[in-house]
Amino acid sequence: MTYLPKPKMHHPELPKNGLGFTRRDYEGSISTLCAGCGHDSISAAIIRACFELNLPPHRIAKLSGIGCSSKTPTYFLGNSHGFNSVHGRMPSVLTGANLANRELIYLGVSGDGDSASIGLGQFSHSIRRGVNMTYIVENNGVYGLTKGQFSATADRGAKNKRGVANMDEAIDMVGMAIQLGATYVARSFSGDKGQLVPLIKGALMHNGAAFIDCISPCVAFNNHDGSTKSFDYVREHNEAVNFLDVIIGRDEITVDYAPGTTEIVRQHNGSLLKLRKLADDYDPTDRVAAMNFLETRKARGEIVTGLLYVDSDAEDMHGYLETTEKPFNAMDDDELVPGAAALEKLNASLR
Amino acid sequence: MSPQDASQIMGEGMSTVTPIVAVNDFVVKFANVNGSGSASANQLFAKAILRMGIPVTPRNIFPSNIQGLPTWYEMRISDRGHMGARDGTDLMVAMNPQTWDEDVKSIRPGGYLFYDNTKVLPASKFRSDITVIGMPLTSFTNAAYSVPRERQLFKNIIYVGALSALINIDPKVIEALLADQFKGRDKLIAANHQALHMGRDYALKHLACPIGLTLQPSDKVGERIFIDGNAAAALGALYGGATVCAWYPITPSSSLAEAFTRYCAQYRVDKETGKKRFAIVQAEDELSSIGMVIGAGWNGARAFTATSGPGISLMSEFIGLAYFAEIPATIFNVQRSGPSTGMPTRTQQSDMLACAYASHGDTKHVLLIPDDPAECFEFGATALDLADRLQTPVFVMLDLEIGMNERLCAPLKWDDTRRMDRGKVMTAEELQAGKVFGRYLDVDGDAIPYRTYPGTHPSKGSYFTRGTSRDEFARYTEAGDAYQRNMERLLKKWDTSRTIVPKAIRKDADKPTKYGVIFYGSTSPAIPEAAEILECQTGVVLDQLRVRAFPFGPEVAAFVDQHECVFVVEQNRDAQLRTLLINELETDPKKLVRVLHYDGAPITAEFIAQGIAATVNPASVREAAE
Repeated sequence: MTYLPKPKMHHPELPKNGLGFTRRDYEGSISTLCAGCGHDSISAAIIRACFELNLPPHRIAKLSGIGCSSKTPTYFLGNSHGFNSVHGRMPSVLTGANLANRELIYLGVSGDGDSASIGLGQFSHSIRRGVNMTYIVENNGVYGLTKGQFSATADRGAKNKRGVANMDEAIDMVGMAIQLGATYVARSFSGDKGQLVPLIKGALMHNGAAFIDCISPCVAFNNHDGSTKSFDYVREHNEAVNFLDVIIGRDEITVDYAPGTTEIVRQHNGSLLKLRKLADDYDPTDRVAAMNFLETRKARGEIVTGLLYVDSDAEDMHGYLETTEKPFNAMDDDELVPGAAALEKLNASLR
Repeated sequence: MSPQDASQIMGEGMSTVTPIVAVNDFVVKFANVNGSGSASANQLFAKAILRMGIPVTPRNIFPSNIQGLPTWYEMRISDRGHMGARDGTDLMVAMNPQTWDEDVKSIRPGGYLFYDNTKVLPASKFRSDITVIGMPLTSFTNAAYSVPRERQLFKNIIYVGALSALINIDPKVIEALLADQFKGRDKLIAANHQALHMGRDYALKHLACPIGLTLQPSDKVGERIFIDGNAAAALGALYGGATVCAWYPITPSSSLAEAFTRYCAQYRVDKETGKKRFAIVQAEDELSSIGMVIGAGWNGARAFTATSGPGISLMSEFIGLAYFAEIPATIFNVQRSGPSTGMPTRTQQSDMLACAYASHGDTKHVLLIPDDPAECFEFGATALDLADRLQTPVFVMLDLEIGMNERLCAPLKWDDTRRMDRGKVMTAEELQAGKVFGRYLDVDGDAIPYRTYPGTHPSKGSYFTRGTSRDEFARYTEAGDAYQRNMERLLKKWDTSRTIVPKAIRKDADKPTKYGVIFYGSTSPAIPEAAEILECQTGVVLDQLRVRAFPFGPEVAAFVDQHECVFVVEQNRDAQLRTLLINELETDPKKLVRVLHYDGAPITAEFIAQGIAATVNPASVREAAE
């Protein structure tokens, strides 16, 4: 069984958000992943981000491919429609869904096998198209459901549980996402909720292709010495460039920042991304500099995390395609069918 | 320019057999070089004949190439309305030295050869049993035009002009067509008219006009229109309310998506805001294009893709998902010769099995099989309705022959009272009122469950879509009985689909017969003529059944039951429809006799008649051969 219903018990004093929902309203079924799995922390972060952003759960569509990470949409947002599609093909299904109704929020959840191996093409092209979505890769460098084979994000030299080293070069999805034109790119760590939740919130508020590479250690197959995706390794090599706060609507700014260390980015829809800068030389709005920084730090063996790139004025696919504001799935015959008279005219031109 | 003496040219071409004499009933074939601009001149020629009221069926025969390789345009002119391909050429317009030998060989004894005699060819390059008509086209155009591109393009119009004199096409009709084509560009119209008359005047002065093949104004075209199947199918998708088209270029289907793009620009752009009521995405591959179609269908938009055999292979995993998860998707498959890359620019009906049972596991899919552009239009719109109604992938099975050739067909018809059938979609109001929602629950007894669009209701009606097994309420389960219940329901839904797909069309012979013939798609135009030939040669008559959909309705089983021997005529090697008939109807295979044509060329009436005659009366075939 990979599905267990959660008991419907509500604590009467659970805090409610602006819409009157509690955290429980954003939860799903009980996870059937391994105890301690990093993916469960990401699910919890998604729940918290949606709760704090006051998003109506039913206006979110969650889509995934195949794999451990792709199972997780069952474990959050139980009042949202979900789609567990084909291995590596979540991006195309999400793209189509987005075309049909631009009004919903699209959350794509995938893994490193799903997106960096079998689905690398679809990952790339959905990013290129600027699909308005939050695309999270729960990255553990390993195939969990098939018991521990290396994935394409495993670092060269990293060792599996039996001590065999991976000899293929790792795919850096963050670098690729920036290069392919993603307009919101972040990396985080499932063990760092403080950093992850705001990054997810910022992505959900972003208009355009938002990508988060979330390193998420696999407790069963990739959390040993010699792994570069273990809890210990990531904690030791994590180099956060900034910390983010997302401010929407009438929320008060409750945290004060020292002048000169804060950068505020206003997104398309009015939300504010407030960045607490940790690395002085890092500018997340400069795409070329961001790529340079990432490569430099990678060479030093550091895992750079935080909001790595953002273009707050980005267009999305619907902008490029110049589609109507009204969702296609709400259009009726009058809007879509040219009618018999037009066809008669057309017939006449074909004689 | 030094036109040769007319008598000298004709002397070159005196036929040793009596030249063919025919009015409004012959085959003209143009042999050209790909990329030489001949296609529009040839189309002009065909349209002029149509405007004279004479039915014409043209076929493009072209290589997988953009420039330089041989291409042919074959026109069957038939006042009797025969639209199938016919072997043998009555008038060959040989404009391509590369294929000269083959082209000359294909002329029927007593036929005619029109060629460019600027360069003198040895006598061995000709045949004595045909009439040879030479015209110094190259020297003629080189003298008249100095720009190389003009020389090439006007050469095409000049030969159309010469042919108009040779077979009696009214030049006024051609002038009018050129004026339509270059509307608003008066200089071009004048230049084309001039070229037309240069060719025509030359022929009238130097060649013996007309030849034995002539045209007389007729009234056999009527209200019919002239359109290719891909364009008509695109119009069907437009009228069917498709808003999302995701596709990947592949011959011979690309022109379907391109036509949809054109029609959307014409009919679906908001006049005030310029905003579009459609989205067309050229995907990175077929996996992505079908993924987008499924995503859009899941979310309640009408979506389709257009592809060909190799694309179907790539889409197969997704097609299985859409079948099992019950998501509407419309797929136009414009078939070509396979397997593998096969012959991408040649026609075949060889994806019938691949589509009927596409994907792993137990699957069956609805196929709609149009036989002409009018039906491509109708089935294009119907497919979108059926996909929504049945919540499943629906294929429209065209082939290159239908898709990429302009064909005379009934005018496209639309009933303004018709409304999109969105199938069973539960609304927010119904959910609010407490209606039970089980995504895979059969509440109406037709095995078609209700669905909800994402975002419908804050707390009711959401569900998780997956390719893994689940119960009636879309909850994941690996319980064998729940899995099997679901598979049985899908089979029951298949029976529901049988009752709503287009029925097969039956046409019985004037007298009782034990012989029947089953056919479909682009084989159809050749069937009436094949039946005529067969009756004439053997006395045998055929009851005819044109299959228009899979699953087969009861009328198909009845037809098979009522005949001792049923010929199944197909354009593939493995008799794929026959396999479907045996598999689905459990018919005795011995009863179903294969008549198969699969060399990539369209099937001919003569071929079908001979194939059937070989069974009903083998002696007649031997006699014909002798």
